[in-house]
Parts: sequence; C-alpha cells; structure tokens
Amino acid sequence: MAVTNAQIYAWLERYAGIVAEQKQYLTGLDAAIGDGDHGINMDRGFQTMLVKLAPVRDKDVGTLLKTTGMALVGSVGGAGGPLYGTFFLRAGAALDGKSEVSDRDLVGALEAGLKGVVERGKANPNDKTMVDALTPAIEQARQSLDNGAPLETALAAAADAAEKGMKATIPLKALKGRASYLGDRSIGHQDPGATSSYLMLRALSDSLAAVPQRAKTTTT
Amino acid sequence: MAQTQVTTRLKKLINTPETEVKDAMAGMAAAHADLIRVEYDPNVIIRKDAPRKGKVGLVSGGGSGHEPMHGGYVGLGMLDAACPGAVFTSPTPDQMARATAAVDGGAGVLHVVKNYTGDIMNFEMAAELARGEGAKVNAVITNDDVAVQDSLYTAGRRGVGVTVLLEKIVGASAEAGADLESVTALAKKVNANGRSMGMALTSCIVPAAGKVTFEIADDEMELGIGIHGEPGRERTKLKSADEIAEILTSTIVKDLPYKRGDEVLAFVNGMGGTPLIELYVIFNAVHRYLTGEGIKVTRSLVGNYITSLEMAGCSVTLLKLDAETTKLWDAPVHTPALHWKV
Repeated sequence: MAVTNAQIYAWLERYAGIVAEQKQYLTGLDAAIGDGDHGINMDRGFQTMLVKLAPVRDKDVGTLLKTTGMALVGSVGGAGGPLYGTFFLRAGAALDGKSEVSDRDLVGALEAGLKGVVERGKANPNDKTMVDALTPAIEQARQSLDNGAPLETALAAAADAAEKGMKATIPLKALKGRASYLGDRSIGHQDPGATSSYLMLRALSDSLAAVPQRAKTTTT
Repeated sequence: MAQTQVTTRLKKLINTPETEVKDAMAGMAAAHADLIRVEYDPNVIIRKDAPRKGKVGLVSGGGSGHEPMHGGYVGLGMLDAACPGAVFTSPTPDQMARATAAVDGGAGVLHVVKNYTGDIMNFEMAAELARGEGAKVNAVITNDDVAVQDSLYTAGRRGVGVTVLLEKIVGASAEAGADLESVTALAKKVNANGRSMGMALTSCIVPAAGKVTFEIADDEMELGIGIHGEPGRERTKLKSADEIAEILTSTIVKDLPYKRGDEVLAFVNGMGGTPLIELYVIFNAVHRYLTGEGIKVTRSLVGNYITSLEMAGCSVTLLKLDAETTKLWDAPVHTPALHWKV
C-alpha cells in the first residue's frame, strides 16, 4: 500500500490532539525526574505546528514533515525541540517531493529520523530517553515488513514495541538529560520522552488504520 | 506549634502563563530603555548600541525564571544579547541565531551556554545557522555544579552560579577589545576555576504547570539542587544556616581543590524566595569557613542573581581569582541588574 500525504497529515493532527490531551500526564512524568515541562513544551510545539501546517496540508509528504520539524525546532525549546524537530526534518528530507510513499520508504524515513535523534542527542539505548522507545519500535517495523507483513500490521507491532520500550525505562537509571542529575533517584520513573515517542508511534499506527487511502493529490 | 502553610498551587502576579515572558520583556524594555532594546518573535534582549564594530559579541540565554539572568546582564561591560526561553526551557535556535546576527560587529560572537542538554543542542543548531550566514561563532559551556558527582554517567555537571561571574569578567574583556580567541580562552579559564553547589527549602511553581514541582516536608531540605526545580541528589533534615553553609562550602573547596593562600570571589546566591538577611547569615558562615581554611576572600557578591522563580534556598559559588580576572571583575559594568563604577 502507498501512504498518502492526507494520511500523514492525519497522523500529525492526531498526534497534536493526543499531546494536548496528555499534556498534564507528560508534565507529571517530567516533574518526577526532570523539571516538569515536557507536556507543556510539546503542546506549545504541536499547536504551533497545526498553524504552520494548515497552508501546506496538500503538499507532498516531505514538505509536511519538514514543516513540522521547523515548527517544533522554533517553538518547543528545551531538549524536545531539537530532538523532535530533527526527527521530523530528517524524516521529511528522506521523502522530499513525494505525495505517496511506499511502505519501505515510510519506514526508511522513520529510520532516518531516529538516526537524526541519536546524532543530535548522543543517547545510547538504555540511557532512559526517547531512544529507548523509538529504537525497538522502528526495528520492529522494518522486521515486520521484511517478513511480509502489511504496513498497518508493521506499524501496530512497532507501537507495541515502543510501549514495551517505554515501560522498560522505568527501572533504568537516567544517563542523559536533567534526569541524569538525580542518579539513583531517577530509578522507578517512566521516562517522559520515551512516553511522548510511544504516543507518536501509536498515533501513526492508529491514523493509518483510520484514514483511508486517497487518490494522488497535487504536489505543487 | 503552628505549621507553616505550604503553597502548593498557583498564586502569582501574571496575566496568563503564555504571555508571561513577553509581558516581562516589555517591562524590562520600558524600565531600562537607556540600556537595552527587545525584539519579539523570536524573543531577544539586545544591548541598545549593538552591534559595535570590532567588538566580540557576547550572547547567552536559557530558560526564563532565573531573573535577573540573563536579560538583566545585557549592557555595558557584560552581555550584548540574551535569549529568554519559556520558563525553565531552553530558547530555540532561531532566537540565538537572531541574537548572534544582531550583535555581530565583525569580530565574531561567543555563546555562553550552561550545561543542560536542551541548551547545548539548541545553541549547537543556532551556531550552525549563524556560521551558515558567515558569522564566526565560538561557544563556552559552563559546568560548575559539584553536586553532580559522576559526570561520566550523567549529562555532565550543570552550569550554575559561575555563569554570572563569567559573563561579567568575559564581558569586561570583550568591552576592552579582546579578540574572539582570547575571549574564548578567558571564558574557559573562568569556568575551570569556579565551583558551585546549591540547596532548596521549598519547591517553586512553574506557571504553566500551576503547582509545585516537588513536595517537601517542613522539616526537610534538598541538597545539590539545580536551578530548575529539579530535585537534588539528596534529601535531608533541615539544619542550621551555619551547618548548611559549611556543607556547601566544604564540598566546593575539596572539589577543585581550593588551597591555602588562594584568593577567591565568594558568591552567595538566593534562589528567589530567600530574603537577603538569610543570605548574609550564609555569607557570614561561608566567609568564616574559608578564612579558617586560609583561603582569602578578596571579592564577594551576595544577592539573587541566578534564581529559580520563588524557590527558597541558596547556592554558594567560589571562583579562584588572579590579577587578570580581579581587574576584569572590577571593571565598569552597567546593566539592569549589575552596575558599578559608571
């Protein structure tokens, strides 16, 4: 199946809604081991994104994702801005000019986004960061496709893997970000960045399942 | 005995959390029109007469809520521009890139960055943007907080009180016409000679969150806090001011270590919710402790300079001085929050 720009737009819009709904939840997770603003910052970023995305919603997937990345870099601040911003900028660059993308191209774009996050944040797996949710999820998506699963199945499996990775951050000691200053006191808390990353991938899976494919749209 | 009522909910002089930073910037611009100007979208506080031809530009920035840092240090002999982020949140690369362009007088720009993951990443992105526009940009990262013990397994030590002292000393050097490489080397030297540690009696309330960041009992304190309401490394029973001052100072002294005969600047900083009378009680104990160790306090600073909203508590910073840094500390400064000899 090919993913359309309308489906990508639906994902971004759905995720913005989830961030708004879960703002207090994410902020509460962050208050335990950081400074309590992750939900607030992400919501500010995705509300900005909705405004910037509206005029380009019919453009190609690369434009949608790059516009999202720029909106986040310029409005989130903190660590979330450059990390999520880089994720979407890199994913968008991988899909430049495409109004329809293949299953493999989409997963390839997610991989490019993750690579950008790792380069920008220099986090390794088990550092108790968003990488702990994104890495197993995107690996799972790739593996499912390689095994011949349809994209919906691959992305649902990816969201499940992200959820597992998110929960697996609970017993970890934070080695990156402000949580790392707590040392052992960071143990026993779920990482807020891993949580927002899980929610992002669940939104992707749910929105592709919910929004039907659309005929090719204009790319201008 | 009556228990102190702990404020756990929002009670602040604000219009809305969303407009707080801009409203405060507008107030600063109106109050200090002789020293600074402000720009919005992106938010930047700029020295009134910037850019100055041939002068290295000094730019810093960080989350709001640490006032007077950093906007209060824009002016003669200190910063050329400051980027205020959302409360406790790093500013964004477009702010820093704009600040850099606004103060670049052709001699290059030094970014003063506190060691927090978000600040580092956003300033790195900003430096890439500015260099793409042809600017010469260096960065110095402050990391003076001794409360973060094992830097190998954390994001590294936080930048705290030394940042203020560095901005003053390096600002004086840039004002005197030093070039970018000299200014950068001086900034690294100041950072290497400074150490800090803080403690908190209460949490603060981030306006957008609307409630305390952490709960703490009336008879407890957090030791080794940062400046964002993040919990410290250790929670203990509250002790006397003298005992607290000794814990903070002795930890700092051992860390560099500061030695008998060293000359230091001793800086006792309030976190925003502690009155000056208490800060002087702490300074008295810090001074006595250092004198007892044979360390000479030749310069001092006491007050609320790098705060954490209305958090009660304090931090102690020591900076080892030499003839060069002492002279630069004494040089004239005229900013909204720090001014002497002008």
